Amino acid sequence: MTHDEIRKVHTTTWSGGPGCHGGCGVIAHIKNNRLIKIEGDPDHPMNRGRLCPRCLAMTQYVHHPERLTRPLKRAGKRGENKWQEISWDEAFDLIEEKFGSIRNDFGPESVVFSMGTGRDVGAWICMLAYAFGSPNVSFALSGNACYTPRITASEIVLGDYCIFDGGQWCAKGHDDPRYTVPECIVIWGYNIPASCPDNIFGHWAIDLMKKGSKLITIDPRLSWFASRSDKWLLIRPGTDGALAMGFLNIIIQEGLYDKDFGKKWTNAPHLIRKDTGKLLRESDLMPNGSSDNFAAWDVINKNIVIWGSHHAVYKTKVSEAALEGQFKIKLKDGKEINATTVWSEFCARAAEYPVEKVAEITWLKERDIIDAARLYAKSKPATIQWGLAIDSTPAITPTATAIAALWCITGNLGIPGGNVIARYAYNAVAYALPGAKGVIKRPSKEIDEKRIGYREYGLFREFIWRAQTDKVLEQIFSEDPYPVKGMWIQCCILIGGTGYDPARWIKALKKLDFTVVVDIFMTPTCQMADVVLPATTFLEKDSIRSWWVPLQTINKAMTVDECKSGIEINFELAKRFDPNFRWKTIYDLFDEILEPSGMTFKELQEKGWSIPPEGHPSAPYLRHEKGLLRQDGKPGFQKRSGKVELYSTLREEWGLEPMPCYEEPPFTPVSRPDLAEEYPLILSTSRRSPVYFLSEHRNIPWLREADPDPVLEIHPDTAKSMGVGQGEWVWVENWMGRCKLKAKVSPIVPRWMVMAAHGWWFPEKPGEEPSLYGMWESNINQLMLMGYNGKDGLGTITKHLLCKVYKVNGKG
Amino acid sequence: MSRKPEYGLLIDYEYCTGCYACQVACAQEYEWPAGMGGIRVIEIVEKLPNDKHYLKFMPIPTELCILCAGRTKEGKNPACVHHCMAACMKYGKIEELAKEINKPRMVLWAPKA
Repeated sequence: MTHDEIRKVHTTTWSGGPGCHGGCGVIAHIKNNRLIKIEGDPDHPMNRGRLCPRCLAMTQYVHHPERLTRPLKRAGKRGENKWQEISWDEAFDLIEEKFGSIRNDFGPESVVFSMGTGRDVGAWICMLAYAFGSPNVSFALSGNACYTPRITASEIVLGDYCIFDGGQWCAKGHDDPRYTVPECIVIWGYNIPASCPDNIFGHWAIDLMKKGSKLITIDPRLSWFASRSDKWLLIRPGTDGALAMGFLNIIIQEGLYDKDFGKKWTNAPHLIRKDTGKLLRESDLMPNGSSDNFAAWDVINKNIVIWGSHHAVYKTKVSEAALEGQFKIKLKDGKEINATTVWSEFCARAAEYPVEKVAEITWLKERDIIDAARLYAKSKPATIQWGLAIDSTPAITPTATAIAALWCITGNLGIPGGNVIARYAYNAVAYALPGAKGVIKRPSKEIDEKRIGYREYGLFREFIWRAQTDKVLEQIFSEDPYPVKGMWIQCCILIGGTGYDPARWIKALKKLDFTVVVDIFMTPTCQMADVVLPATTFLEKDSIRSWWVPLQTINKAMTVDECKSGIEINFELAKRFDPNFRWKTIYDLFDEILEPSGMTFKELQEKGWSIPPEGHPSAPYLRHEKGLLRQDGKPGFQKRSGKVELYSTLREEWGLEPMPCYEEPPFTPVSRPDLAEEYPLILSTSRRSPVYFLSEHRNIPWLREADPDPVLEIHPDTAKSMGVGQGEWVWVENWMGRCKLKAKVSPIVPRWMVMAAHGWWFPEKPGEEPSLYGMWESNINQLMLMGYNGKDGLGTITKHLLCKVYKVNGKG
Repeated sequence: MSRKPEYGLLIDYEYCTGCYACQVACAQEYEWPAGMGGIRVIEIVEKLPNDKHYLKFMPIPTELCILCAGRTKEGKNPACVHHCMAACMKYGKIEELAKEINKPRMVLWAPKA
């Protein structure tokens, strides 16, 4: 090959570059170590040649003149934007020394490792944190409110995570004969075409619409889907829980649920004690009974039968377990109690949400709620694709467990075209995650108990192995029970993107002794750092992508100056901090992670990608019937009871409401009419732009031209009442602060709500304080609050705050 | 008078999601500076009776569109068609494309090329 020839490198998108959760196959055209073009790979099962604008703008991104290319050491005060270039060795030595002395003086938990949204950074930042000895890996958003809450809620109900089946496990996608096109797709709080969905390709939903899938869209905003739906439910933000309960009620009342599935695969027949309101356990009934075994009532033999959870079978022969009814039960101490079934209680709970009440809460029409419930329940298969909006409310878990119950009781769980259990392809898991044994292990229990949020939240002990973000911020100030002295911030625009109440975060970061930021460009967050390390895009690194399907490698196509990939940076420091670090090279680590697939990194790289075959526990369908979900090979689910839990054993244990319900969010016209008098509009934010990933990409000209300004979507009637015209700058204000946005006057939002663009800072403006890239002008996080989470530590207030809007005097 | 156009773009705009992939794909292919390019996406919010609205996006070829003559000669699709996320664009002979207008909400462009 001559020097000038074009090399075409097949690789996988993930992380730096398009920024998204990736998985698309691309072909990078490289000439003289420069990217001259990138194209979608037509043979890749995820995107089949298609590619989003962020990826198509990679030439402007990779070769951007403002890229960080050398490690930088702070040369002035924090926020002065004065830097000195240093070598990688100097940078590593300095970090080793500074973090090392914090570890010696205060303990390893005094350094928090903070990341942005979960991309491949998740595995590698955990590797570094755990090698350092800190359990405090933090995702910087309030209430850890991105994806994690939905995953957790699904695991609470059915022991695994469930996603919309777009045919991704079939080699031929939705054309595969094993696949069934859904009759109905529910798009719940998701603007798929403009977002970077959680490891699905958003436009699959559009492919399926072309094949006849009907749509129900639940969104307060006229999204693209809303505009094309059979049913669009223009819901009041934050009331999705009430709607889900209303759906459950209609489906139960009208008998549209799958009785056989309920009886066989859920804990619907299990008995609940009327005296305590808790599940009746074998240990209540007999001296040596297990508290993990539950009781049911045999309607034919009229006696108690015991469900043996460990083997997921009844311990004695059962003719027919009662689904409903009241029973008198004698306990082991001779006491007689009344009991009823989980199903009876579940129905009673749903019945607390009659359609007229749901309509009042959600501001929807009764007719629309009923029609949507029927359309979903009568369609087979039907699937629900839920979005980030579901996570963005404090009562996320009660809401999401209600939604998960919908696909369970309608028999749409695990079937082609329904909601299917998603596992890491071939069970190749990089790091410790709930329900999976990752190669990168968590620190010991003794260390993990120091994790911020561990003591307070059962969920964080059992399922979410991150620090609770709001508590992290609190603890930086309180230093209770121990001080936080250092922070490692990687792939995270904490100031300007992820962090609500940025003024408080800045105060917190300035309080720390030593902070490192790893990123591709300078950001407002970098301005708070002592050392800034230049990271690579996905085109400049070798890595793996192990997240649902397919299993793939990321292949280095080129290099840019001295930039290093996240894994290389984390690996080098992990080796320095942990004398027992057991891998020699990153490729040893990759090989170990990929071991369950039977392929080495090299072998997978040659293949490009791989989808596990049918019959593998990481591939659908109906695995619960085939004994492919549980480790013991028995039919059923990975739950304590072995069943889908309509009544959660875990939440009962944690002292939280075990069944789904609705809770009004903290700052709405309903919960705070006093505040609504001064701030009459519902403030919703975090809408996705098709050309930006969150707070990135404003410096990419091809992308910026498509979405040049931070806009506030406001209804024409509302704008008119304030004398605001199209394109005028307005202040959006609440009791936290204000920011300046450009009015996009449009009927796509209702009269009572405004939708603010999020993640805005201006890379073209000065970086030093007070400008901080103009972040104080238009960043909506100034109106957002930390610390308003659900009882389980999850969820936040992103979609439903209150505000007022008024014109900026003069030109603004 | 100009010659009769032979090739065109058939767009099923019912499915155009306004993702801007076509616009950026074209910019990349020809290294257009921001603000120029062979295809532009516009958003239209149509007011309908009873306070209803329809959100429409429309990709429109510009005076700079050459229907990717170089690519099509090699048997490839134009850059916009190749990358269209919604797969709602098709390149071909105008006469053939006209026969494929078998549903509402489609438009056949014959760019200047």
